Amino acid sequence: MEKVGDSKASAKVRWGELEEEDNEDLDFLLPPPKVVGPDENGVKKIIEFRFNDQGQKVQKTTTTRIRKVAKARLSKRALERREWRKFGDAVNEDTGSRLTMVSTEEILLERPKAPGTKEDDPRSGGGDPLSAALAGAAKGGAVLMVCRICGKKGDHWTSKCPYKDLAPAAAEGLGLDKPPQAADSAAGSGAPGGKGAYVPPSLRAGATVDRTSDTSNMRRRNDENSVRVTNLSEDTREADLQELFKPFGHITRVYVAVDQRTGMSRGFGFVNFANREDAQRAINKLNGYGYDNLILRVEWATPRQT
Amino acid sequence: MRPILMKGHERPLTFLKYNRDGDLLFSCAKDHTPTVWYGHNGERLGTYRGHNGAVWCCDVSRDSTRLITSSADQTVKLWNVETGTQLFSFNFESPARAVDLAEGDKLVVITTDPFMELPSAIHIKRIEKDLSKQSADSILTITGIKGRINRAVWGPLNRTIISGGEDAVVRIWDSETGKLLRESEKETGHQKPITSLFKSADGSHFLTGSLDKSAKLWDIRTLTLIKTYVTERPVNAVAISPLLDHVVIGGGQEASHVTTTDRRAGKFEAKFFHKILEEEIGGVKGHFGPINALAFNPDGRSFASGGEDGYVRLHHFDSEYFHIKM
Repeated sequence: MEKVGDSKASAKVRWGELEEEDNEDLDFLLPPPKVVGPDENGVKKIIEFRFNDQGQKVQKTTTTRIRKVAKARLSKRALERREWRKFGDAVNEDTGSRLTMVSTEEILLERPKAPGTKEDDPRSGGGDPLSAALAGAAKGGAVLMVCRICGKKGDHWTSKCPYKDLAPAAAEGLGLDKPPQAADSAAGSGAPGGKGAYVPPSLRAGATVDRTSDTSNMRRRNDENSVRVTNLSEDTREADLQELFKPFGHITRVYVAVDQRTGMSRGFGFVNFANREDAQRAINKLNGYGYDNLILRVEWATPRQT
Repeated sequence: MRPILMKGHERPLTFLKYNRDGDLLFSCAKDHTPTVWYGHNGERLGTYRGHNGAVWCCDVSRDSTRLITSSADQTVKLWNVETGTQLFSFNFESPARAVDLAEGDKLVVITTDPFMELPSAIHIKRIEKDLSKQSADSILTITGIKGRINRAVWGPLNRTIISGGEDAVVRIWDSETGKLLRESEKETGHQKPITSLFKSADGSHFLTGSLDKSAKLWDIRTLTLIKTYVTERPVNAVAISPLLDHVVIGGGQEASHVTTTDRRAGKFEAKFFHKILEEEIGGVKGHFGPINALAFNPDGRSFASGGEDGYVRLHHFDSEYFHIKM
């Protein structure tokens, strides 16, 4: 049996007080020590009452948790061995020695994940070829770079994907269409070099928008329609935000910041709407919305725009 | 389950062994002092002082009165389990690697490493009840194996000796004549050094673990390969559950992967496999370094793992463990 003790004393006992006889006379005023027996968690509380040096009634609560770690059925010889004296380096050992400790963590026999599911974050339909690629990478032992968008391994991470501007919602039904589409946009991304890898839809290959001043406006507006979502839970991903913000309008881009080493979300992300009104409605509705045990904060990505 | 952590060793663990009743756990480490712990709560009972080098292996007699340990200081020592006094010391010309007591505790097999010009060898010695008659002579010496012999155990009825080592071949020797009876095949056997060997509770089959990231289950009489368990890590220690159809495999990490994988503390795990289905049941994490030693309590209700981090972790299974469905 292992005992973990935790005692809280509400008053110090002064040695000077111990000598005095007076306290004993008043003991009948104290309530008797109370023992709250071990409950289902094995927690036992002993409450003792005492007078402190100011004559006040104080109580001392000792909370112990008794936890049965194992049942030992011993043979006669084994019982004899329990009585053996310590030898060697153990001779000077007292019970306070910290050699043997019960682990503070609960360790479980972790069942292996089914093939095709990712280890750390649950995916809400991120696409089987992607998760299979990831599972394959995880099984490989070494860390391989996997891009969630194009599913290519060992080349680049998701944020560096040349095809990252494609809205993931399209992936659901158009899983197969993505690669050919992506191939086209890759060709088109060379033209506006100023934005790095991001290519607005108007400038992609195959875009049928007439090239008036609208295009630059559209590009700018998309970023003006950017909504920042903070206080996300650690396993929130782009697909979750996609689903959450979909009802408010057409989304051109979602992004969730993810810590590359642990695979957990860093707690924030961005959603780009096609229309400002949609973005405004999303902010109004979802700011303060409870999502996965956390209250979301939804606001404009850039400083206040009315 | 709440494992009990025992940090009695300052250096990596090399071997763990339960006594027959399961109430004592003997641990050997590179720090020269084998230690004995109580198997139910992990309390340290004592240490055996006397070796001058890393202790590689140990075995305990059936009545738990005698302990035999092999060490890199080229000696194999016999101890009184209860008092910690050294009863006898066998001296060799090279580091002694593995020991195993035979049924009846009258014979012991010892393997020695190749050292300078001396090749590796398997020695069989007699252990007397009355130590005044104890001699240091070998009854039999087997040589001719290339590379280190990492483990050697007695076969059924003490008729054979099974050895496995750096050359990745499992061999069965006749214990009276020293003749090589059987050898594992190159294609189906291990491809890299065999690091560990564990006999089943009834002695009819045994498990070998190798740096080739697999563990193999063999029949002890015919040396037929029965099962193979594949992991992602080089295997340092193996154990077979005496109660359920489980095997446990403990391993390390490839040196080349150390800097590229994210080193979360405590993620080295002992992997449980179903013995017959060869499927992974799960893993028990917690060690901060590669697992070097595994041992199952003979009652099958607890097991201990020893790691490179110097910790011995004693796990008593929850009731869920006994109801795992595959």
